[in-house]
Amino acid sequence: MQLNHEELRRAYRTMRLIRDFEERLHLEFATGEIPGFVHLYAGEEASAVGVCMHLTDKDSIASTHRGHGHCIAKGCDTDAMMKEIYGRKEGLCGGKGGSMHIADLSKGMLGANGIVGGGPPLICGAALTAKVLQTGGVAVAFYGDGASNQGTTLESLNLAKVWDLPAIFVCEDNGYAESTSSSYAVAGSQIERARGFGIPAEEVDGFDFFAVHDAARTAIERARAGGGPSMIHVRLSRYYGHFEGDGMTYRGAGEVEALRAKEDCLKRFRTRVTEAALLPAAELDEIDRAAADQIESAVQNAKKAKPPTEADLLTDAYVAY
Amino acid sequence: MNQIVAITMPKFGLSMTEGKIASWARPEGTKIAVGDEIADIETTKITNAYESPVAGVLRRHVAHEQEDLPVGALIAVVADPAVPDAEIDAFVERFRAEFATRAPEAEAAAPEPRTVEVHGRPMRYLELGAEHEERPIVLIHGFGGDLNNWLFVQPGLAERNRVIALDLPGHGGSGRQVGAGDLGTLSAAVAGLLDSIDVPKAHLVGHSLGAAVALRTALDRPAHVASVTLVCPAGLGTEIDEAFTQDFITASRRKQLEPVLAKLFVDAGLVSRDMMEDLLRFKRLDGAREALTAIQNANFAGGQREVLRGRLGELGDIPVQVIWGAEDRIIPPQQAEGLPAGVAVHVLPGAGHMPHMEKAADVSRLIQAFVARAM
Amino acid sequence: MSRKSFRQAINEALRQEMRRDPRVVIMGEDVAGGAGSPGEDDAWGGVLGVTKGLVGEFGRQRVLDTPLSESAYVGAAAGAAATGLRPVAELMFVDFIGVCFDQIFNQAAKFRYMFGGHAVTPMVVRTMYGAGFRAASQHSQCLYPIVTHIPGLKVVIPSSAYEAKGLLIQAIRDDDPVIFFENKVQYDQEEEVPDDPYTIPFGEANLTREGDDLTIVAFGRMVQVANEAADRLARDGISCNVVDPRTTSPLDTGTILDCVADTGRLVIVDEASPRCNMATDVSALVAQEAFDALKAPIRMVCPPHVPVPFAPNLEDLYVPNADRVEAAVRAVMRHQGR
Ligand SMILES: Cc1ncc(C[n+]2csc(CCOP(=O)(O)OP(=O)(O)O)c2C)c(N)n1
Repeated sequence: MQLNHEELRRAYRTMRLIRDFEERLHLEFATGEIPGFVHLYAGEEASAVGVCMHLTDKDSIASTHRGHGHCIAKGCDTDAMMKEIYGRKEGLCGGKGGSMHIADLSKGMLGANGIVGGGPPLICGAALTAKVLQTGGVAVAFYGDGASNQGTTLESLNLAKVWDLPAIFVCEDNGYAESTSSSYAVAGSQIERARGFGIPAEEVDGFDFFAVHDAARTAIERARAGGGPSMIHVRLSRYYGHFEGDGMTYRGAGEVEALRAKEDCLKRFRTRVTEAALLPAAELDEIDRAAADQIESAVQNAKKAKPPTEADLLTDAYVAY
Repeated sequence: MNQIVAITMPKFGLSMTEGKIASWARPEGTKIAVGDEIADIETTKITNAYESPVAGVLRRHVAHEQEDLPVGALIAVVADPAVPDAEIDAFVERFRAEFATRAPEAEAAAPEPRTVEVHGRPMRYLELGAEHEERPIVLIHGFGGDLNNWLFVQPGLAERNRVIALDLPGHGGSGRQVGAGDLGTLSAAVAGLLDSIDVPKAHLVGHSLGAAVALRTALDRPAHVASVTLVCPAGLGTEIDEAFTQDFITASRRKQLEPVLAKLFVDAGLVSRDMMEDLLRFKRLDGAREALTAIQNANFAGGQREVLRGRLGELGDIPVQVIWGAEDRIIPPQQAEGLPAGVAVHVLPGAGHMPHMEKAADVSRLIQAFVARAM
Repeated sequence: MSRKSFRQAINEALRQEMRRDPRVVIMGEDVAGGAGSPGEDDAWGGVLGVTKGLVGEFGRQRVLDTPLSESAYVGAAAGAAATGLRPVAELMFVDFIGVCFDQIFNQAAKFRYMFGGHAVTPMVVRTMYGAGFRAASQHSQCLYPIVTHIPGLKVVIPSSAYEAKGLLIQAIRDDDPVIFFENKVQYDQEEEVPDDPYTIPFGEANLTREGDDLTIVAFGRMVQVANEAADRLARDGISCNVVDPRTTSPLDTGTILDCVADTGRLVIVDEASPRCNMATDVSALVAQEAFDALKAPIRMVCPPHVPVPFAPNLEDLYVPNADRVEAAVRAVMRHQGR
């Protein structure tokens, strides 16, 4: 199915926003102004966007520690996200969560997650809700190659199949869990693991937005139609270290430079749509400028924003206590 | 004479970086002579009477009691009564300003202990006064001690002599294999160390077990020994408080160690937290307890095992002196009685088993004088 | 003897024990780092570089990078320990214990008792704890009370680099399963640490300050906070004992009770969440065993009963500090008896 003009613009704009958001954070983190652990998603944009383009606010996703891209793709406000990352009261979570715990439940974003493998079981639950309440919604778990080795992930694949849930498991395989290569740590194949549970699975090129978008459509339509869970193994790469501050000595010489030159979902998207005359370059340039402005103002607003107040320390632990 | 002389915070032992005046023994305005006790100086390890290095009128207590000061800081000023107060004020100002800028260099120059292999095992020693031609003095600590036991004595002696304080096998920074752990083994290690650092002949000063080691070394290699000073020595009788050595080994907490160490001193207040902490830390090292146990068993099980008193005559013309704390509760000072006529005996009142800590100035003077005569 | 950081002290303890005993192996995520990767081997040496260099000396047979599967490898450590190895498993942050807790508390902890005293499970789980790193709710907790609760586990919380080396060597040589807590904020703190191996026995508290007026019991990094408060109070003539229990299991109740008997006043500083933590445990002990010695009610200085917040200003409010300890001590000192 062809994407229409507006959808193409949206896809490109969202990927560009994520890229700019992350590249800017990389710079801002180096100034020392951003507290805590920050894991950047740059390079992986096509996965979040290719999948989330099919979702609405009634659909849920669970993210990972590398969550900014999923948030933006699921419609979270970049200003409020940036404020959260800076630990501000007006942040998406009131400054209580930070980069690793950004969430917006009103958008169906169940949170970035500090616990690797924490998301897939939650998605079984979200899918169960959709099924029991017959919302027509689906639930998507994004998880890394590292997380694919967690018992929780494998148990969730089984549970989703056993309960026949509208769940989609998206394994974002960027080749590394911290410094450990998936070629060392992952036995067998992701696809065969899912198939072993009787779950249909597909491998896609994660630098190709359209490939991800197609695979996601198949899986999500299946789930919405009551066809149960699916799994997508997205092969991609991260441009930065595991977290900011990682020297990346485990990566090959020139590995990242080569990746950026050859494997860039944004460049590929641009070539594809301009060559096919689906979107003119000038329009893409205009989107680039707007995205840059949006991120610039997000950073400025975050820097200006106020931290939480002392009273905030004690609120929000319970609904009622 | 209008000279103004500075008295500064002394450095007792290598690890001392600061100290404080526990109390002034002489008020401002008194006339003092070299060697007069002018203050009690407290370090984290121990409190020690400090003797004036100069003579004159103690014009100013610059340091307040209980004020922590770095080593080398100005604590007092000595000057003729004729020098006006204003000049003394100016002197203090100037000293302080200069001290603030030069302090770090002094620190960097502090001598460090060294370690050599002796019969395949590491032995640690600290050498001070290496520039002196004079025959060296070798300081040998007692059971459970280490070279730092001489902290109040070694720097003073090093003003005129090359002075080497060593760690016996199983102690301090030396290896913790002690072989049989008896006097023969320990003195062979001492001899080995002296050979390997090129000390052909030395004045041996030993304390307690270290004194027996010194004596045994002198008996085994008389040609290499210029004189022997025995401080509260083992080796002169069978009696020893064996409960002390045993409790010393088993105590694993400060609370248990404190009463054990208190036996060493007349003034139990000298047993400081840091002294106990250093010992506990030593005893936690792999092999430390085993080493101490082996040495205890070889030397003190059921009383002193090797009594050398009867062999003193074999030393010929090597001079021997004995220094003993009158209130030594570990080895009775009565063992100093009835020694051969040539042996000088000094029994120091107000000292227990650690006169080189408790009466450091007296012990230093005795060693200094004895060594000078035996040169 | 030389100055070493907390990180170096841990690294040296592991290295010396691995040299001494070929049965000692270490395992965990990225403990060497770079497994299967094109770049440098030993790329990480643990997420904060604590185990760096060990794979170079001992090889990948004994320094095992694991898949991201805590349940499997922590359980494997228990199984290996029960069958003849002496594994040291690294659980990167103690917050991740949720993923593998069964293997720790139902398996390793209980083997010996359930099997009638026949099993020995000499495993160590090294893990990071503590707030102050801006690492938010899932990377900042102090879960030592949870493991202290489990019979069969020993629990160690060193307060400094010197303590860390001696206690870790003891942990590795110990025949029971030990959970060893390292505060991530302390890794760069330096002090004198002997070069040679040494052990500090479990269940022997250390008095880091001695005084007559009041006893402060503090755990892990909070010992430093308590010392700071005690030093300030000493200048005002209030002299405090500071008790570092070193291990929460076994707990040196004798030293705590002796100190309370001497001072009659008690403040407990615990960075763990305030319900059912070490502060409540020690309070209960003293209330039961030394009630008559108390001249004033016991005070606990703990964080509030909320998760660890991310925003730096909130996190600073959350973690107990010397000001709060000082205030608690003064409040106890002011108390007028009946
Ligand atoms: C249960 C748990 N174990 C370990 C970690 C530490 N950790 C955080 S991210 C990460 C690697 C995750 O790898 P992967 O799932 O492939 O995601 P990627 O970082 O590559 O996006 C690890 C080990 C954690 N946060 N949670």
